[in-house]
Amino acid sequence: MNMNRRRFVQAAATTAIAAALPIIHTRSAFAADPLKIGYVYVGPINDGGWNTAHEAARQEMLKALGDKVTSVYVENVPEGPDSERVIRDLANQGCGLIFGTSFGYMDSLMKVAKDFPNIKFEMCTGFKHAPNVANYNIRFHEGRSVIGTIAGMLTKTNVGGYLATFPVPEVVSGINSFQLAAQKVNPKFRTKVIWINTWFDPAKEADAARALIDQGADVMTQHTDSPAAVQVCEQKGIPTFGQGADQSQFAPTMCKTSTEDQWGPFYTQAAKAVLDGTWKAQDEYWGMKEGAIKMAPITHVPDDVKAAAEKVISGWMDGSYNCYAGPIKDQSGAVKVPAGSVLSNDDILGLNWLVDGVDGKIS
Amino acid sequence: MKLKLEKRAEPSALMLYATPVGAVILTMIVGAIIFSVIGYNGLGAVYEVFIAPVATSYKWQDIAIKASPLILIGVGLAVGNRAAIWNIGAEGQYVVGALAGTGVGLLTQNATGPWILPLMLLAGIAGGAAWGAIPALLRNRFHVNETLSSLMMTYVAIHLMNYLVAGPWKDPTGFSFPQTPLVTADQSLPDIIPGTQIHLGVLLTLVIALAMAVLMARSVFGFQVRVVGSAPHAARHGGFSEKQTVWLVFLLSGGLAGLAGIFEVTGPFEQMSLGFPQNYGFTAIIVAFLGRLNPIGVIIAGVVLAITYVGGDMAQSALQLPNASKGIFQAMMLFFLLASDILIRYRVRLVSQAAPAAQPATAKSAA
Amino acid sequence: MSIDFLVAVIITVVGASTPILFAGLGELVTEKSGVLNLGVEGMMLIGAIAAFATVDITGNPWLAVVMAAAAGALISMVFAVLTLSLSANQVATGLALTIFGTGLSTLIGNGFTGRAIKTFDTIFPDVLAKDPFWKVIFGYSPLVYFSFIMVALVAWFLSRTRPGLILRAVGENDVSAHSIGYSVIRVRYAAVAFGGAMAGIGGATFPLVLTPLWAEGLTGGRGWIAIALVVFAGWRPVWLLGGAYFFGLLSTFELYAKASGASWTAILPSEAWAALPYLATVVVLAVISVSKRAGGNAPACLGKPFIPSA
Repeated sequence: MNMNRRRFVQAAATTAIAAALPIIHTRSAFAADPLKIGYVYVGPINDGGWNTAHEAARQEMLKALGDKVTSVYVENVPEGPDSERVIRDLANQGCGLIFGTSFGYMDSLMKVAKDFPNIKFEMCTGFKHAPNVANYNIRFHEGRSVIGTIAGMLTKTNVGGYLATFPVPEVVSGINSFQLAAQKVNPKFRTKVIWINTWFDPAKEADAARALIDQGADVMTQHTDSPAAVQVCEQKGIPTFGQGADQSQFAPTMCKTSTEDQWGPFYTQAAKAVLDGTWKAQDEYWGMKEGAIKMAPITHVPDDVKAAAEKVISGWMDGSYNCYAGPIKDQSGAVKVPAGSVLSNDDILGLNWLVDGVDGKIS
Repeated sequence: MKLKLEKRAEPSALMLYATPVGAVILTMIVGAIIFSVIGYNGLGAVYEVFIAPVATSYKWQDIAIKASPLILIGVGLAVGNRAAIWNIGAEGQYVVGALAGTGVGLLTQNATGPWILPLMLLAGIAGGAAWGAIPALLRNRFHVNETLSSLMMTYVAIHLMNYLVAGPWKDPTGFSFPQTPLVTADQSLPDIIPGTQIHLGVLLTLVIALAMAVLMARSVFGFQVRVVGSAPHAARHGGFSEKQTVWLVFLLSGGLAGLAGIFEVTGPFEQMSLGFPQNYGFTAIIVAFLGRLNPIGVIIAGVVLAITYVGGDMAQSALQLPNASKGIFQAMMLFFLLASDILIRYRVRLVSQAAPAAQPATAKSAA
Repeated sequence: MSIDFLVAVIITVVGASTPILFAGLGELVTEKSGVLNLGVEGMMLIGAIAAFATVDITGNPWLAVVMAAAAGALISMVFAVLTLSLSANQVATGLALTIFGTGLSTLIGNGFTGRAIKTFDTIFPDVLAKDPFWKVIFGYSPLVYFSFIMVALVAWFLSRTRPGLILRAVGENDVSAHSIGYSVIRVRYAAVAFGGAMAGIGGATFPLVLTPLWAEGLTGGRGWIAIALVVFAGWRPVWLLGGAYFFGLLSTFELYAKASGASWTAILPSEAWAALPYLATVVVLAVISVSKRAGGNAPACLGKPFIPSA
């Protein structure tokens, strides 16, 4: 019996090795055409938000450029050393263009970029520069101002709820533009903010949404990755909005519209530039005009509200609307943007103060 | 006929070393089958996860870097488990060690000199040991079950870290992102192999693990740990204090976990952020078991686990295998190992149900 | 503070407490039999995805609860076979179960993200269930009432029934229980299965009550809170009920305090609120270990393998 078992173990080992042998292959490393493009995602591609939007955009780029490009992605890559490993791996695999799609990849990406001067790198929401690194971002606040306009007109209590993660500039800018747009149509409007201090915890997001509603908010929006808060709003009959992608399936009557991130046009343009040899290390900050942000259909609202929202959209398109046009005061009442001037892109990308009318502190 | 377990007179040395290898091989076979059944390229998955990282030379440095914290924490835990003292809070000790070292780093942001890095490393050891001392104190003073208390303290540590990283220790120039400033040049572990990311911490980890192997095999301390674990009564008669062993085990494993934490800060991470806890402290428990609670075994097991991490990424980009797969492979590996553990102390026999009585005697004489 | 507001707060607290109450109750029974299963988080996630998938496919939330319990119990059998039949280390096996459950639920859940489900209606007539005041008693998901029934059942089972007595005896002194003729292993198998089923239902609470969606890692670490809860309650079912609501209150109180904008909320950072359940548990551990009062002690055989010397 003993011998038999030993022989079995041996046999099993040989089988495993034999089974593995036929598929041992050398990694194809020829980097000629087509252009290989790598994507690094911070979460799962089907999160229904941020990463789904990037993945859809990658597909759009692949469709647009056909057999001139190939592409790989790696999902669920934690920020930190793991991302450096993954980015380096994509570089070693022969990618000619690599997109890092989360802010936390910036330092890793800069390190790898230094070692691969011939590969082009694009860093989403980043701010550091190198000859082969460019940054790209979306003017999210344009979408938030559409939402704010609707919220300001729908509210009865004049209190809007805003569920936020951490006070990073993108989130702060979202809150400010929501409040500024809302108070433009409803001067009594105030925004109540809860910082939940976590990037992802659906149950906590739902509880925080309930807390905001129970404290008097009768319109709500959120800057979190799961649609948990949107679902709570549907249950409680509170108008709400999706972020990142159309989230109306989670709140069929209460989700009035969603901001949809459209990275596709940019991905196609960047890949084309690399193919043509015209790529430059130049930051891009696109909005509605460039098709980088789109609103999902505006539904279940009175006609005048819909008209006002659509006017904001067309205003962004033709340049006649800007939520960051002065005068803008911060929470202490100090004038941050005087009348006649507009908050600059650099200021928006580094926002660390909340506008007057927002309740809640930046911790 | 039926399968019967018979106790061996002595644990089988062959099985002790054969079973981990068997567990890995069995994981590969079963993994290939399971992933094929659910519609992936099963053989390809196993190849990418277990073999491709080894077959691709530029991935070796990634394996070394990823294995390093697992090994360093794992050798510490192996000692404790030998003494039947269950520190499952290494994750917390890892985090607090990193925090203590980072604290020194924040105070020395504007300073220069070769003394800074060693001071941070010492702070890391002290921080980890201090966090480990809490369950030790609770057990020795109040007879508190150290498994539960060390687990609870882990979550306290992680929330403490979240507070510091998103609050007072946040990088003032970092656009409010919840992370500390990057370490300065004098706070970074130097790379020891030019052209790679392999840092001094990897080498030190290896040295420490080998030193622990000698310590466990040759020293009184090693003997004490083994006796306390395997024969507590004999240990008491032999004059070994259980309380002293608890202290030693927790300070040692906590200190090593803390050192692993500050190695990660001054090496690969270069800062602390909310994503800093990577479950190394929990994974190291698997590493300790897979390595048979033997420091040399832990080195090998740490490398095997690191391969699955690195291979998991490769399988994603090569086969679009979901990221969750590597957790399934890792858990299966441990399941198979734990299941086969019994072969060390028992042998499996086919016995005919008619005549079971004579068997034990034969077994004894055979062994 | 208006009545409406109080009602709303209570409803949120009940929601936050129910999953850890279920999972904690199962773990309590498991631990009472002398087995420490650290795989609660993994079993909860398996239960959560089983429940979500069942509702998504069949539309029947009642069936989803059954499936979640079955899936939790099934996955707990991996743990049981390893630790009970093969006397593997319980800590390592439990951790591996959590890793396994997390990975498996993610893999299965891949096809279910981005979808919404319809779950339970309230079971009482709308006059009561939708009444602005009476909904505080009648307005919950059936799972909430079920959790109360289970607390009562477990308390009764452990203290008043013969099998309950045997289960406790097995956890207190496995050798003597074995020598009287009870099958230690069989009792523990049953206890682990019950723990798995309850963890599964606890996980099911997420998609069925709290957030009718599937997302990777949906339970957000509440399996570990459930383990803390068992200790915090000193292994007593009725105290577990109180403990679950205390932990639930802690986690929601902070959010309501923030939403109210009250200045005193700055006294404790939110991370401190989040760490409180664990700190409180360590303190309780120390207190009950010192005071050694009957009923408040860890089962003597907790975590130790039992190998029958035939």
